Amino acid sequence: MTLATHPVKMTTDLAGAVLPNPVLTASGCAAAGRELQPFAPVSALGAVVTKSVTLRPRAGRPTPRMAETPSGMLNSIGLQNPGVDAFLAHDLPWLAEHDARAVVSIAGGSVAEYAELARRIAHAPALVAVEVNISCPNVESRGEVFACDPLAASRVLAAVRAEIPAVVPVLAKLSPDVTDVVAVARACADAGADGLTLVNTMLGLVIDPDTMRPVLGGVTGGLSGPAIMPVALRCVWQVHAALPSVPILGVGGIRTGLDALQFVLAGASAISVGTAVFGDPSAPVRVLAELETALGERGFTAVADAIGYAHRDPGVELVVPPPPAPATDPARPSAAAGARPSWRLGEEDLW
Amino acid sequence: MTVGSSVQGDPVAERREPIQVRGEVLARRRVGAYQLVEITAGGIAERFRPGQFVALSVGGPASALLLRRSFAVYRATPVGAFSGTVQIVVGVHGRGTEWLAGVRPGEPLDVVGPLGRPFRLPAAPTGCLLVGGGYGSAPLFSLAEALRARECRVDFLLGAGSQDRLFGELEAKRTAGAVAVCTDDGSVGRRGTVADALPDEIERTGAAAVYACGPMAMLRAVGAVAASYGLPCQVAVEESMACGIGVCMTCVLPVVGEDGVTRMSRSCVDGPVFDHDRVRWDDVGTVPADALGAIS
Repeated sequence: MTLATHPVKMTTDLAGAVLPNPVLTASGCAAAGRELQPFAPVSALGAVVTKSVTLRPRAGRPTPRMAETPSGMLNSIGLQNPGVDAFLAHDLPWLAEHDARAVVSIAGGSVAEYAELARRIAHAPALVAVEVNISCPNVESRGEVFACDPLAASRVLAAVRAEIPAVVPVLAKLSPDVTDVVAVARACADAGADGLTLVNTMLGLVIDPDTMRPVLGGVTGGLSGPAIMPVALRCVWQVHAALPSVPILGVGGIRTGLDALQFVLAGASAISVGTAVFGDPSAPVRVLAELETALGERGFTAVADAIGYAHRDPGVELVVPPPPAPATDPARPSAAAGARPSWRLGEEDLW
Repeated sequence: MTVGSSVQGDPVAERREPIQVRGEVLARRRVGAYQLVEITAGGIAERFRPGQFVALSVGGPASALLLRRSFAVYRATPVGAFSGTVQIVVGVHGRGTEWLAGVRPGEPLDVVGPLGRPFRLPAAPTGCLLVGGGYGSAPLFSLAEALRARECRVDFLLGAGSQDRLFGELEAKRTAGAVAVCTDDGSVGRRGTVADALPDEIERTGAAAVYACGPMAMLRAVGAVAASYGLPCQVAVEESMACGIGVCMTCVLPVVGEDGVTRMSRSCVDGPVFDHDRVRWDDVGTVPADALGAIS
């Protein structure tokens, strides 16, 4: 791996949570961090986004819970988790002991349930942000998913925001399965969400050609992995364009530093590595190193300067890639050094 | 439980943490209907205990197959002429295993392991009957070595659909006391399943413990026979996994804990070895209504 040509400041401010770097895990893809520790030390990550926790333990859905799809997977876990009591007793203390920062994902079936969960976790150790998983059926509205209804989503966010200390940001995790993601984003921000996590999985289906029935025990499942990355990136782009002051945690199919870079350029202040962890448990630390290199190679001295950079006006270039590193063998100058473009703009050309 | 850095400062536990290494295919050869693949995986063989498995990435660097494939370790060889190696037995079930069954020596392979809970060994010398179905018998041979090192008598009962799907018959005959073979089609050995043959083998060998590995239906039947003789039985289960390390929650099955409570347990980190009498075989593939957190 080539090193960044100059150090890049990787600290990021995610809606008020100051993180040492912008690479996080994704909810449901890292449990509560412990299993990842041998491969990606939790203290080295921007934060660990924990698997959604519910008020009471949940056994989840029947197996099969997973089907591999081209460049992705479909899952139907059904929010299996030990419940908030066990989570507070075992998981958050472990993260705190290991110098990790926790973004705690909460899931509920009613506004009251979300509020109760928020109360329970509000002062927990290691907590740096709350992520509200609103891709859950609303038991008070015939099972309609909160994230698909701007009004229901905003009620949940307002209720959670009211229970969480002001210094701890609250993020709404939105579904891409909506006609107008900006409308839901705006409703959540207006209701008090400090930031947005974009996006959750997309609903999908796989049928087994041998049994001629759906593969998953839960019939439909959430599609994740690189297959959904362009959709996730489009959502980040649209929301950042419409609401540039609302911080975004970008997630959906990221498996390399260049994938992460695309999310940052589209407007994400931080990113989550999700499904890639299943195939490569050290992916988060690798993506972080690759992202730092990629930023340095493009002339950025801080990740903060790259957030939303793809939205700049035509003709505007605020950063200048550093010259290529000198060839290690002086007898054979590198082709790249010889081909350095003479038309490269200097800073004086811009302003 | 060895995963996690709660073991920091405990050298034995630290040595047992799984690691991720960039290995390489050392050799591959056909064994009946299967491919035996030997992979350099420095550090994994040294940590390995019988019953554990490895999770491999498949398809090469540009692969659209994202998820790991998990394989029981057939044989682990700590550092010798090469860095430590592990051997796995591959049966083709889909695109991932098809790719693995065709790898050439020198192919890079990302390996995570050793994973899962190993077989527990008897405290005192005990007669053990090792029952394998198809290539599910693969992990039983390193188990047999560990048992013999503890002065346990080891006998084998191997079964498969047909002769080409038997694995390890010759090796078992070279190393074990009694070896019984059966096939569904009668192409070799007794006709029928290992569960059909098990009562005779328990009586003939006088075994006091049973270990089994193979398809779920076989494990269920074998454990039931062992229980009817009052024998303890450990089984290594095969469940579909995405990650192998305990984060994806796809490989669950209903297991009764020490406290009598049924939980949807992960076969990758809570297993793959379970006591047969802890698994709720009737309910595998479902979430029993009395499981912790079941929706009532």
